[in-house]
Amino acid sequence: MHYFNVLVVDDEEDFLDTLMNRLKKRNIDTIGCHSGEEALELMKKKIFDVVVLDIKMPGGMDGIETLREIKKIQPDAEILLLTGHASVETSVEGMKLGAFDYLLKPIKLEDLLEKMAQALEKKDTVEHKRQSEQIRKLLKYW
Amino acid sequence: MKRSIYRNLQKKIIGITLLVSLAPLFILGVTIYHQFAKIFQEKVDEQIRYRADAQAEAVDLFLKERTAILAAMADTHAFDEMIQAKNLSRCLTVMNQRAGAFVDLGVIDNSGEHVAYVGPYSLKGINYYDQPWFAEVMSKGIYISDVFMGFRKLPHFIIAVRRQENQTNWILRATVDPDIFASIVQAAQIGKTGDAFIVNSEGILQTQSRFGGAILTKSAIDPANFGKLTTVIEQSNIDNRSLLYAGSWMKNKNWLLVISRDVQQEMGSLFATRNVEVAIIICGVLAIVLTVVFMARLTILRLMESDARMDELNAQLIQSDKLAALGKMAAGVAHEINNPLAVILQKTGWMGDLLAEEDFKHSKNYQEFKKSVEKIEEHVERARKVVHNMLGYARRMEPRLEDVDINQTLNQTIDILENYARINNIDIQTFFDEKLPIIAGDQAQLQQVFLNLISNAIDAIGHDGFIEVKSRRIDTQIWVTIKDNGPGISPDKQKRIFDPFFSTKDRGEGTGLGLWVSYNIIEKMGGSITCKSQPGQGTTFTVVIPIKVPEKK
Repeated sequence: MHYFNVLVVDDEEDFLDTLMNRLKKRNIDTIGCHSGEEALELMKKKIFDVVVLDIKMPGGMDGIETLREIKKIQPDAEILLLTGHASVETSVEGMKLGAFDYLLKPIKLEDLLEKMAQALEKKDTVEHKRQSEQIRKLLKYW
Repeated sequence: MKRSIYRNLQKKIIGITLLVSLAPLFILGVTIYHQFAKIFQEKVDEQIRYRADAQAEAVDLFLKERTAILAAMADTHAFDEMIQAKNLSRCLTVMNQRAGAFVDLGVIDNSGEHVAYVGPYSLKGINYYDQPWFAEVMSKGIYISDVFMGFRKLPHFIIAVRRQENQTNWILRATVDPDIFASIVQAAQIGKTGDAFIVNSEGILQTQSRFGGAILTKSAIDPANFGKLTTVIEQSNIDNRSLLYAGSWMKNKNWLLVISRDVQQEMGSLFATRNVEVAIIICGVLAIVLTVVFMARLTILRLMESDARMDELNAQLIQSDKLAALGKMAAGVAHEINNPLAVILQKTGWMGDLLAEEDFKHSKNYQEFKKSVEKIEEHVERARKVVHNMLGYARRMEPRLEDVDINQTLNQTIDILENYARINNIDIQTFFDEKLPIIAGDQAQLQQVFLNLISNAIDAIGHDGFIEVKSRRIDTQIWVTIKDNGPGISPDKQKRIFDPFFSTKDRGEGTGLGLWVSYNIIEKMGGSITCKSQPGQGTTFTVVIPIKVPEKK
């Protein structure tokens, strides 16, 4: 089992709590928060592998803004967008800003876990590439 | 209701156009005819008046000549010479040589005794003293008689002149040949119906009238109607034929020369002209009426066509407006429903997670709880599907633009459904235009549309039937028609088939979203879906897709 940690951002308290409970029950290191601002604070302190982010949050920062800021703080974090309705434009914008994928509520936990696994696979590849590039650079100068 | 509006409009157009075009025609026709008739009438009057004048003058001249020669004979011979038969006879010969038309010649002394006579009758010795003309000639000197029978019992008239010789008077008297006189008058008869005659002041005929009676009978003419100058009057005769009379009084005698003509004949050419004019007008009226009716019909037909097209367009506009509004609403509703659904699903999942734990497994109602949780999940899934289908056309993150071969897409779709169709004994026939261009579009979405339409067709037929799938290019569009021989859709249902959640299928069989989603997909591509159906005769769906050329790679 590959160990990784997850940050869930959703203003819907019932949803957030339940999802966290279920993830934790599956031994996934999960932290949750209710707003974009909170999420950014948390991300400044801690590195996350995957962020599950609700696109539509009333009041404060919305999902897209939060996504933009997250990418500034932790460019390597993989982001899964969640939304209650199919707003194509917002989703496309999210993808352009570097989100990994896009999920439509309601989601089955199994589907979410599958997406997380895919995201981690990709993340791994990116990290490996960077590592190998760094090694090649070192070889060059040597 | 609508038909009567068109009919009224047609009546109005025809009525007004006919009024405007026919009224001037009639007015023109009548005016021209009247003007022409007036001029013609004047011309005819003029002609007959001139003729009467001329003829009266001729007759006058005739009488004047006869009177003059008779007077000359009387003046140049003495009474004694004249009473000798030889001299008298010579005088008659000279007179007939110089002027003619004298029948006989006689000398009457102042006692009225007919003392000498040459001529065919034996009138010598008759005393004229008591005859009215004797006194008159004695006092006036010259006398022309009316026509009378006299002693010889034949119509004739005489000219008498008085000679004064040595305080005694004697009279030279001559008879004018009535036939020659009549022939001079009758020379003015024109054509088959023309007449010319003379009446005296009492209206007694002095010459034979061609149609108006014999000599010395009363004519139909009342001389009092004729003025001093030549007068023209119109009068009907016994046969009810209208005759035109021109009368001219003579200068030397109280006689009226009358010339008559048949109005009917005189006006013949006018009537012919009138007939031609009437014929032309009738032809014109016929042509105008036919043209106007034809044009009005054509106009109304065009109007009806364009109205129908307008109605259809309006219906389509209302349809697309309605669907657009519903789409917006659906998107909003989806959000509001999906969030609670997400919570329910997580909570249920959590319950399921907890139920799996050891301490619950031995609970009395564990199986019931587990089943309930599964059922809740199942129905959330069902609700989710409905909402997702509703948003189906928009679910994809980016509508992909790829090279799409419409025929190939149709074939793939038919492949998917072929088994289903074969089971129900439904034959799917394809008629593809092989030259369809490759277009840029979303193949998956198009396939969804075709799948919806063809599977609807199969469901509509039920079993035993055929479906025709046709593709062709029309200008810058590709037309795909899917035609089935199913039961068809009633007109009131046709209006609603693109509405979301409207289904003609049994409850629970269809979501009522297939056509709605298809409609939206095609609408987004800039195309259209239309449905034509008649109950009992099947249904045809037409999908029009604009051709977008793929970018060159």
